[in-house]
Amino acid sequence: MNISLNGAPLTVPEGLTLFSLRERCRPAADVIIAGGFQTSADRPLREGDQVVFIRKGEMPSRQELESMMAARHTPFVHERVKKARVGVAGLGGLGSHIAVMLARTGVGHLILADFDVVEPSNLNRQHYFISHLGMPKTDALASQLHEINPFIEVETHNVRVTVENAASLFAGCKVVCEAFDQPQSKAELVSVLLQDLPGVQVVAASGMAGYESANGIITRRQFSRLYLCGDGASEAKEGQGLMAPRVSVCAGHQANMVLRLLLGLDEP
Amino acid sequence: MKINGNAVTLSTPTPLLDFLRERGYRPELVAVERNGQIVPKAQFAATTLMDEDEVEIVSFVGGG
Repeated sequence: MNISLNGAPLTVPEGLTLFSLRERCRPAADVIIAGGFQTSADRPLREGDQVVFIRKGEMPSRQELESMMAARHTPFVHERVKKARVGVAGLGGLGSHIAVMLARTGVGHLILADFDVVEPSNLNRQHYFISHLGMPKTDALASQLHEINPFIEVETHNVRVTVENAASLFAGCKVVCEAFDQPQSKAELVSVLLQDLPGVQVVAASGMAGYESANGIITRRQFSRLYLCGDGASEAKEGQGLMAPRVSVCAGHQANMVLRLLLGLDEP
Repeated sequence: MKINGNAVTLSTPTPLLDFLRERGYRPELVAVERNGQIVPKAQFAATTLMDEDEVEIVSFVGGG
């Protein structure tokens, strides 16, 4: 019977169980994950099982580390997202969180673009730290992503994304996230990406300011290749700020739609 | 014609830019798909809507 153990193929005799495999291969392991699920119950091994044993506090080899980091993924998700190329335009409250989530998911190639530096008013909602103040957002985010998942390729562009350069920056991406702040820039970017990159799917956002119910934030399919996340109405304006909870919820919607598209699902 | 899935009667062919303004949209804040094709922003004035068109309009608000 063929299974995988900590990312490597392994042939095991019929009748072996999770616990007996652990006893045989990793007796000191204290975490057992099978098929994306952490379990404390023994069961017979099955053909094709993906099993990961982890000993807490022990630094694994680089090869094992990658399989352990993806061990809680639904089976076969990691293999598929690892090949994918996804763009994120704008690395503020939406884009920084989207990039972090896609890195944790193991999306193999991330193209990240922003012209700005981290400043104090970003820290109420964007995925940066005090130590990043004054740094280009591209550098500040790339350094975090390397700590989160060193097995992905992160390409950064410290430039303003414009209608002139958008198509060349994001050429080859299956999906691009619009994560800008200004509504006119959002409309222009979405239009130019759909116009100039015929195969691309765009996941954009509109309406996540304030502290109305988070349940108002949804994902809709607006055009054949455009998905829109948000409540569609709550704009950033004087008297209505942008704060971490709803911005993060919206970023989560965008990241999940990216994941769904990468897995071949086109319903929102 | 259909706008965002709703049936609308267009009595005469109308430039997209005029149509957007008449309906209260700010053209610089929208993206438009007509019959499954994106309409480039530079083509809003030169695009004429016909009664058989199916049009999707997305209007963006700020924040991110």
